[in-house]
Amino acid sequence: MEFLTTLGLEVHCELSTKTKIFCSCSTEFGGEPNTHVCEVCTGMPGTLPVLNKQVVEYAIRAGLATNCEITQYNKFDRKNYFYPDLPKAYQVSQLYLPICQNGHIDIEVNGVKKAIRIKEIHMEEDAGKLIHDEWDDVTMVDYNRCGVPLLEIVSEPDFSSGEEVIAYLTKLRSILQFIGVSDCKMEQGSLRADVNLSVRPVGQTELGTRTEMKNINSFKAIARAIEGERERQIDTILAGGKVVQETRRWDDNKGESYAMRSKENAQDYRYFPEPDLVPIEISDEWIERVKNELPELPEAKRARYIEEYKLPEYDVDIITGSKFLVDIFEKALEVCGEPKEVSNWIMGEVLRMATETATDVDDISFDAANLGKLINLVKKKVINRGTAKEVFEKMFTDNVDPESYVKENGLEMMNDDGAVLAIVKSVIENNPKAVGEFKGGSQKVKGFLVGQCMKQLKGKADPATVNQLITEELEKI
Amino acid sequence: MELSKMTALEIGRMIKAKELGVVEATKAALENIEKTDKHYNAFVTVCHDEALKQAEEVQKKIDDGTLTSPLAGVPMAVKDNMCTKGILTTCSSKILTGFKPTYTATAVKKLEDAGAVILGKLNMDEFAMGSTTETSYHGATINPWAENRVPGGSSGGSAVAVAADMAYYTLGSDTGGSIRQPCAFCGITGIKPTYGSVSRYGLIAYASSLDQIGPMGKNAEDVAAALSIISGHDPKDSTSVSNDPMKIVLNSDIKGKKIGIPRDYFGKGLDGDVKTAVLAAAEKLRALGAEVEEFDMPSLEYAIPAYYIIACAEASSNLSRFDGVKYGYATPKFEDLTDLYYKSRSEGFGTEVKRRILIGAFVLSSGYYDAYYKKALQVKAVIKQSFDKAFEKYDVILSPTAPTTALKMGENLSDPLKMYLGDIYTVSVNLAGLPSMVVPCGFDKEGLPIGLQLIGKPFAENELLNFGYAYQHATDYHTKKPVLKTGKEA
Repeated sequence: MEFLTTLGLEVHCELSTKTKIFCSCSTEFGGEPNTHVCEVCTGMPGTLPVLNKQVVEYAIRAGLATNCEITQYNKFDRKNYFYPDLPKAYQVSQLYLPICQNGHIDIEVNGVKKAIRIKEIHMEEDAGKLIHDEWDDVTMVDYNRCGVPLLEIVSEPDFSSGEEVIAYLTKLRSILQFIGVSDCKMEQGSLRADVNLSVRPVGQTELGTRTEMKNINSFKAIARAIEGERERQIDTILAGGKVVQETRRWDDNKGESYAMRSKENAQDYRYFPEPDLVPIEISDEWIERVKNELPELPEAKRARYIEEYKLPEYDVDIITGSKFLVDIFEKALEVCGEPKEVSNWIMGEVLRMATETATDVDDISFDAANLGKLINLVKKKVINRGTAKEVFEKMFTDNVDPESYVKENGLEMMNDDGAVLAIVKSVIENNPKAVGEFKGGSQKVKGFLVGQCMKQLKGKADPATVNQLITEELEKI
Repeated sequence: MELSKMTALEIGRMIKAKELGVVEATKAALENIEKTDKHYNAFVTVCHDEALKQAEEVQKKIDDGTLTSPLAGVPMAVKDNMCTKGILTTCSSKILTGFKPTYTATAVKKLEDAGAVILGKLNMDEFAMGSTTETSYHGATINPWAENRVPGGSSGGSAVAVAADMAYYTLGSDTGGSIRQPCAFCGITGIKPTYGSVSRYGLIAYASSLDQIGPMGKNAEDVAAALSIISGHDPKDSTSVSNDPMKIVLNSDIKGKKIGIPRDYFGKGLDGDVKTAVLAAAEKLRALGAEVEEFDMPSLEYAIPAYYIIACAEASSNLSRFDGVKYGYATPKFEDLTDLYYKSRSEGFGTEVKRRILIGAFVLSSGYYDAYYKKALQVKAVIKQSFDKAFEKYDVILSPTAPTTALKMGENLSDPLKMYLGDIYTVSVNLAGLPSMVVPCGFDKEGLPIGLQLIGKPFAENELLNFGYAYQHATDYHTKKPVLKTGKEA
């Protein structure tokens, strides 16, 4: 029997506002437990929330960038449940009137284009974190994340494969990064996804019973979770069983999921309008302003890079797939004006060094203007490519300024042709065997002689010049 | 005259004129509490040392000219549901055992900044749920007019502290009548301001969309002076309106003003003495030049169910944070997290609070929301409309505050429905978010005080207080005092 898979996604994304959604505490990641807290975000009795306008601004931005309608009169609601990481015992969220509705993101998988519909985007507050101390057998609460603003982006069940899910997430992440609302670092939990999945035999029109897997925090884990859950559901059906509607937790280490709670035990969140906050009214002018201020989105950038800079599609896909690579590209380009060169450096040395030093692309920290300067040094023949690669490694690891680094370490090429000629002559003199072979018709040996010269020149010469001088001198013999 | 019997503004004037020191006034008040309160149980906490320290600081600031408020240096007290930094704040509940807030409520802070000396925290119905102050974990408060009578509630401690001359004025909170009904039962003056005119920041919420802090005192002038200080926008409360603090200037001229009397408020269930006194007060106001007219205002019968649905729904959510994990009471022995929640809350909350949490959780639960909560919000809108319509014609609406005078102790505890019905004249004001004040307007056959309720247009507190001021100029009910017990034995 063949099966079709239907998938829907709920993505939680932490916004990169400086302060929390309802108080002025810092949203900075890390910090000693309970140091980024106040009476409001710890839900002390009597405290009241005050909405951070920046959160609304970011939500509008995200909505416009994903083709949503903006709900101009929207409200917050309370979602009530007991858990120690939720100090008020309710989460302020949006149920009845979410800020963005009816959007879509276009994806392409194996050459097939598809629109994934976005049902809604709503604003809410994050909860704290429980830390279990195995040694003392106590659980402690850290409220630092409590009240960090989140967007929950809910898709329609429009996916039919894990590949489509990954394509959507990649696109969504890059959009959110490009519009500057989130850094979307999955390892820090600033992007998390819940996956709804159901299977049904080919030919059956109605959808199968779905399960939900919560808080999976890497693309690879999501792909594995989808594959694992799909197989589990198919196996269950083929064995004559029934899929139960439930929430499951994916254990990526074991490669299997297990049930957390079934629908019968599902919580009743007793949603009702949050009486401590007034409705949010968003004017046409506000929406218009955000629209006008929206930066160029990855799709538009991709088209422009291909059209204007004539860069290869493959390279452009890689670069525009990450806000961080685009930032490097555009900043370096501004300094040197050589798009093809910058693209080559990124595709080559930048990504190589990132892999070698096990640095996430998001965490590359050298000043991209230096890459522009480095390209200029090569262009002006101050250094050659080989030297440039060495300088780049220093730039990447220690963020050195290539201009001063070259000067301080005397890496400039010898542009005194007389001095280079002297070396060339001495190399020819000291390698009679090679010269003989050359005369005997071997072209290969010329490369050896050039290499010898470069070695004596400590690499600080233009290989083309050396090559030319060698050729001329050999002709003379 | 005895110092304790004076009004807040009189004490303020004496302090300003250096006829009385702030420390002296505070010491006298503290001594008075010590000998009086054992009979009435109005205070949950007396801040003896803190008050004296505060008094010294206030005196300095009065002397150097930085404090000029007419209430600077006047000792007062605060209902125990308003957060006071470092001072026990319990909402008269076991579940807040030992809870000392890390911050002070905005309304209290504003008074402190104006030079108020805080004598202590006042008893109340647990989490402001009740109309008798009998549901307090710290025991019932006694009405000074009759020792077998309740003082009303939920701000019973706030009313008794004023009526028994232990504090010159107090802060109460009013969700469905909790300032006004105890004012009526204890023969004092008080006002529930328009929703949003006094910050709720630091008021431990019962029903967020209805709660409002207000002053309680010996006359309209004292109440006006306190309201001028505590009102105004607070950036920490999104529901507080963007107005400046009220500049109240009292004027006793009410000639030509229109008073509406809703016929429905004087029907079945209203005690005869109360009816007579309230209608006599209307006649008094007519004699002072106001036009008085009866009119029909329906929708009263739905006010109580709508109120209890909305208030309980919000309460069930607001009170969820008291779970034994972070502060206050936690059960000493438990199996797991659920057990900790279950036992801490079962043992920490009293019966009436549990009843309202259950009602609230029920009306919000999946499948019932539309039938109850949503419908209650529709009733709320209708009530607001019918008040709006009435105020097209009238400046003020006049009514009784409660159907009876102070009830006997224990009378309503066993019959919650009867207690809920006692709120009939007050809850619709909260649902409509309107300002409303209570002034003493007479006594029943047993000598128990009766309160007149005046309801105003949104933000028309000054006008409302003018009526109270005019009425008190022409009457002396507000100056009547109960005979206090001050003997040694409690």
